[in-house]
Amino acid sequence: MSEEIKVDKVMDLKGLPCPMPILKVTKGIKEVEIGQVIEVWSTDPGSINDFPSWARTRGHEILKIDPNGTVTKFYIKRLV
Amino acid sequence: MQNIEAQIEDLKSQIAAIDKKIPSDKISMIVFSGDMDKVLAAFVIATGAVAMGMEVVMFFTFWGTPILRDKKKKVGGKDTMGKMFGAMLPKGSCEVKLSKMNMGGMGTAMMKSLMKKKNVASLDKMIEMAQEFGVQIYVCEMSMDLMGFKREEMIDYSNMSYCGVATFLEQAKDSKIQLFI
Repeated sequence: MSEEIKVDKVMDLKGLPCPMPILKVTKGIKEVEIGQVIEVWSTDPGSINDFPSWARTRGHEILKIDPNGTVTKFYIKRLV
Repeated sequence: MQNIEAQIEDLKSQIAAIDKKIPSDKISMIVFSGDMDKVLAAFVIATGAVAMGMEVVMFFTFWGTPILRDKKKKVGGKDTMGKMFGAMLPKGSCEVKLSKMNMGGMGTAMMKSLMKKKNVASLDKMIEMAQEFGVQIYVCEMSMDLMGFKREEMIDYSNMSYCGVATFLEQAKDSKIQLFI
């Protein structure tokens, strides 16, 4: 599955606690075009709930959440 | 036929009136506290709200006001009371204390070093982020006057102005969320 997602930008947010992950992603997603995908690495346990809340509110789509030990990878598609 | 047209016009004006009453995606916060932990929470919510696509206004009043002083700036021409308040109240976000477990400053120092270790943004950094994200700050003019603060001793913050209670209420009335911290 992960091979199928074409990633346009990778953001390494390891080690950053709340609220930094969503602040950085808010800025980062503007650097890709609508329809493109960012891959975000986070070690903040709150991100598992926070990124979906953020995406629902901002109107973006989370394609996949890949928990991999302490680092969770989020694949977020910019829709607006 | 004319009757229907009149009814449509009437409905249109009613909808416009209702539209005006729906609050915007805005959050209005009163920062009354001067405690490091509470103000940090206020800034986390403020920057988070911008990330969630909301407009944010923060009103600093009473003990919250000295947090916005710039420790590098010096102003003269204060009266005795103003000088006293100026000396006793914290000069900027670096000098504020925890609301609990301050223990003569030891607790605050420990918390600060723990925050650094765990990469949690300091109050200073959060104010910087708020500015970058366009959080609007209003400072209570009455508190400034009461504590003898001058505008020249406040931090350089692009979206900062001075106001009274009416400005806050106008914004709060039009906000979906209002907080008092």
